[in-house]
Amino acid sequence: MAGPEIKAPAFREFPTVPKIQPDSMAHLKCYVASEKIQGELGFPGKLADNWQETHDAVIKRMGELLEKYRSLRVFMDACVHCGSCTDKCHFFIGTGDPKNMPVARQELLRSVYRRYFTPAGKMFPALVGARDLTREVLDEWYNYFWQCTECRRCSVFCPYGIDTAEVTMAARELLDIAGYGQKYSNEIIGKVHRVGNNLGLPGPALIDTLTGLEEDVKDDTGCDVRYPVDEKGAEVLLVTPSADFFAEPHIDSTIGYGKVFHAAGISWTFSSKASEAGNFGLFIGNYEQMRKIALRVREAALELGVKRIVVGECGHAWRAAYAFWNTLTGIGAGANDPFAVELQKQLDPRYKQPSHICEVTWDLIQQGRLKFDKEANDHRIITFHDSCNVARGSRMGDYPGGQFDIPRNIIRAVANKFVDMAPETIGEKTFCCGGGGGVLNDELIELRVKGALPRMEALKRVVDDHGVNFMALICAICKAQFTKVVPYYGFKSGMIGGVHQLVSTAIKLGNEQ
Amino acid sequence: MSLFFAILFYAASAILVAGLAAKIVGFARTPAPLNIPTTPAPTTPAGVVFRMFREVVFFESLFKGNLWIWAMGAMFHFGLALVLVRHLRYFTEPVWTWVAIAQPFGMYAGFLMAAGLAGLWARRFLVERIRYISTASDHLMLALLLVIALTGLGMKFLMHTDIVAVKAFFLGLMRFDIQSLPVHVGLYIHLFCVAALMIVFPFSKLLHAPGVFFSPTRNQADNPREVRHLAPWAAQLEKN
Repeated sequence: MAGPEIKAPAFREFPTVPKIQPDSMAHLKCYVASEKIQGELGFPGKLADNWQETHDAVIKRMGELLEKYRSLRVFMDACVHCGSCTDKCHFFIGTGDPKNMPVARQELLRSVYRRYFTPAGKMFPALVGARDLTREVLDEWYNYFWQCTECRRCSVFCPYGIDTAEVTMAARELLDIAGYGQKYSNEIIGKVHRVGNNLGLPGPALIDTLTGLEEDVKDDTGCDVRYPVDEKGAEVLLVTPSADFFAEPHIDSTIGYGKVFHAAGISWTFSSKASEAGNFGLFIGNYEQMRKIALRVREAALELGVKRIVVGECGHAWRAAYAFWNTLTGIGAGANDPFAVELQKQLDPRYKQPSHICEVTWDLIQQGRLKFDKEANDHRIITFHDSCNVARGSRMGDYPGGQFDIPRNIIRAVANKFVDMAPETIGEKTFCCGGGGGVLNDELIELRVKGALPRMEALKRVVDDHGVNFMALICAICKAQFTKVVPYYGFKSGMIGGVHQLVSTAIKLGNEQ
Repeated sequence: MSLFFAILFYAASAILVAGLAAKIVGFARTPAPLNIPTTPAPTTPAGVVFRMFREVVFFESLFKGNLWIWAMGAMFHFGLALVLVRHLRYFTEPVWTWVAIAQPFGMYAGFLMAAGLAGLWARRFLVERIRYISTASDHLMLALLLVIALTGLGMKFLMHTDIVAVKAFFLGLMRFDIQSLPVHVGLYIHLFCVAALMIVFPFSKLLHAPGVFFSPTRNQADNPREVRHLAPWAAQLEKN
């Protein structure tokens, strides 16, 4: 992209709270969605010529959202400005822009809420910090609510559990209703509806890619590991982010998924209809879009007659699948519409529906059905990055925190050298990669580089102290973001990879020649 | 003056109860359409109760977030809780035993409360980023509470008032039989600010008190694969 060269912030010897630099990120704005992109999703194509019209539509929608979402309603009222969140956001730490402090970001919306929906804001706006919705306010929302990765780190530290992701989602919904959508996310949602995945990869191209992959794996291992598409009657439907089909290093994990199923003797398939696990409906906070995207998976599962639904390495996709699929579409237990009932009959109740690929692999390892040559990973000293949506929005296994243990257990089972980053930067306190939530676009590269600072500092420490040369992940967006930004911090892109890439390296396929 | 305070307290009580009830009903009636607990979250309702207990009594998340804010916030809130318990003696006859036992603790808790408030307020001036997020009402709220704490302490330790008469006034209020209040500037300021606090409660950030119980990130169990969370408005979508 054109423009000034982006410089990464310097590593700090003792990470401290940055000095505030008001409006230091006010210049950053991602491309606005075209009328066509907006129209495909049923949103207004552009801002109305008459501001009053836009103003009224946004305020009306805000009232509706306050009736629909308890989270928003409580979060608008409950904040006391205590400041616990102020130094927790990677974007504030990296940029110093005070509007990237979660409380201040939320205030951009809350100030308008107060003005129109509370007696205090109607009568004493200056006293309580309430303001009219103006064109300038809408622009400010566009800037700063697209400088949030919805990573929820702030919600961990809030005494009332106020979750900026929920506020950001509401604000983005309001922007869409105003005809002020973001090009990157809304274009992707259009593609998933039109073609079946976020990257716009049509079915034949998908099959072609996977056939090529089978040949590559055959060349490497001598084994006929299969990467099937649309195979009726397979036991497992694997839904993975479409980046896993060709991007580097994502494809290495895809190879690993196939090897796991091959070694365990489980039949499986991709679906050309649901060739995408990512659900950008989450990023724009639109329930209907999220549901529509999720329904593809239910339809594919029914058509293919699978017994299990498994999700590949993707953070927000896993949150959408784990936490929302059941509610949105009845994939899980307890739904009673005709399609969901049929699906329940079809799915195997012995397995959690849906399952994460790490849950599947870890179960197989515990059952002794997978064998590894751990030394094959000895050239790697590995650390693990907890991806936000897995760490703070979803779970694996049977107990709270299983999402932290299971991927680490797998790594320890397939490799000898593993070391964790500092405790205050992993688990539920993990730092965002800086690229999630719909900000993974070129326009925001400055933000993405600066927002990666806290994670890079933690990585730097284990690189220096333990010689770490590989950071394993289970999120497609983290992989794309890190491979792009780690060079700014003096690391090599090749040190980023998937957990199933490590599995792939060490797994014994049983029938090697 | 007694009549003025009588009317003020009837009005303040009515606004507090009605305003808070309206807010709580609003929170309770708004559906939570998706399961969004911040993990690692308990997987059972009993676990949720335990998490909420830790949150409300020990400010667990704030403890993780910032030790200074936690310490000052805890000083203020625990101080306030003990002071409120101590004040029950003005509303009960005979005074309940446990309230009587709490009296000496409540007395010194007043200092704790004032110190906590002073610390919280100092941050709003001294810490750059906290100054940035503070509004006029944040300052006013702290001022109000601090004046209440200081006038209360003043009446205990500096210029005593006739607390027997104060008690008679409040017991009278509760029977709609207005008694006379002692003439005492400190007492007047104290009571006026308390009434003001009661009135602003349902319209201000003090709503964090009921709000915390309704926060979906804290009050939901992490069980979405086992239990469906379908909001009524979302169920409508299924009919299409």
